[in-house]
Amino acid sequence: MGSDSLKISVHFGGGAEILFDNLKQHDLELPLDNGTWNLKRLIAWIRDNKMKSKQELFVKDDSVRPGILVLVNDTDWDLLGQTEYELCDGDQVHFISTLHGG
Amino acid sequence: MPVSCTTNCGRKAILRRPKTGTSLCKECFFDAFETEVHHTITSGKLFFPGQVVAIGASGGKDSTVLAYVMKFLNDKYDYKLNLMLLSIDEGITGYRDDSLNTVKENKNDYQLPLKILSYQDLYGWTMDRVVEEVGKKNNCTFCGVFRRQALERGAVMMGASCIATGHNADDIAETVLMNIMRGDVARLGRCCAAITSSDGALPRVKPLKFCYEKEIVMYAYFRKLKYFSTECVYAPNAYRGHARNFLKELERIRPSVIMDIIHSGENLVFQTGIKTPQQGTCSSCGHVSSQELCQACTLLLSLNEGKAKQGVSKKSHKIRST
Repeated sequence: MGSDSLKISVHFGGGAEILFDNLKQHDLELPLDNGTWNLKRLIAWIRDNKMKSKQELFVKDDSVRPGILVLVNDTDWDLLGQTEYELCDGDQVHFISTLHGG
Repeated sequence: MPVSCTTNCGRKAILRRPKTGTSLCKECFFDAFETEVHHTITSGKLFFPGQVVAIGASGGKDSTVLAYVMKFLNDKYDYKLNLMLLSIDEGITGYRDDSLNTVKENKNDYQLPLKILSYQDLYGWTMDRVVEEVGKKNNCTFCGVFRRQALERGAVMMGASCIATGHNADDIAETVLMNIMRGDVARLGRCCAAITSSDGALPRVKPLKFCYEKEIVMYAYFRKLKYFSTECVYAPNAYRGHARNFLKELERIRPSVIMDIIHSGENLVFQTGIKTPQQGTCSSCGHVSSQELCQACTLLLSLNEGKAKQGVSKKSHKIRST
């Protein structure tokens, strides 16, 4: 069965959810086109489609703001090539902020 | 291509440790994290058997992990410690009231006694009122000073002989940077110790001193520990934010930088003959102080007399400007 969209689930935690109307889980259908859907593209897409303000609190240059941890299917993105990791259908991406009091 | 755990246990790695660069599976990560805290505790001789320890608990990520790990290690290695949770309510609407609910959950989850002290009860001032009075530039100074003394008093009330806080490696590295940026020689000489103690005041220990913030968050995530995560509403104006942003950028380039800064801080030796404030006691409340009146009493005096802005500037600054 083919599909013309990439279905993934994005989760925000550690306070990052505040930037997204306090909604922790966002199920997304990303359009499949000639481009590659990697984390770099996803982060830019989130900035452009899910954020009305304070983009600088989530994104810096081509990546997330330093201090935001990224996990894909419960695995540290440092093990997956960080922004170069290519998304697969059904992936669960977690963005966890560490930028708050302990 | 999944990465295998560096220990060769055969399991799939789930994180790369910034401190060591090694890739670990969940079980080996828990083990490494817990063993390192155990090592910090034993090599630093942070506790003695039978001691009553007040764990400063805010409901945040660091203190939640601290409470969990201390209970875990106390059971596993039989430290024979009597652990208690101590929480301070600064009276910041929308911040502290919510996180205290998390501490109450921690109390139930970890089965530890809990005491909550408020600035309102101790000093007659909530932080919200302090900010109304002094504005948003120096308010953090008030809060830090009041909190330290509040922890001290709470710990004494609970019969504790030391206070454990969840300061992590990132916090300490940030403090070193802040003290360098502001030229605070006296603090720079003290800030890296795992135990800070002085006559009359309870020792304060930092068992998570060498734990990277990233690993604390990952530990809490994989152990499914609940914590409250919101920035204090007054934090965006705090000086520490500059040090924090700088440190995070550095960490991205070279993750070992956090340990390196702590190491440098520990090894900074000041030339002899530099005059540093001597620690004595406050003439009003008896707490540790390098001036005649301790900082908390000085700040309270200025708040109550309505001259709040004066209390924060150092004497030396005043002399230099005349």
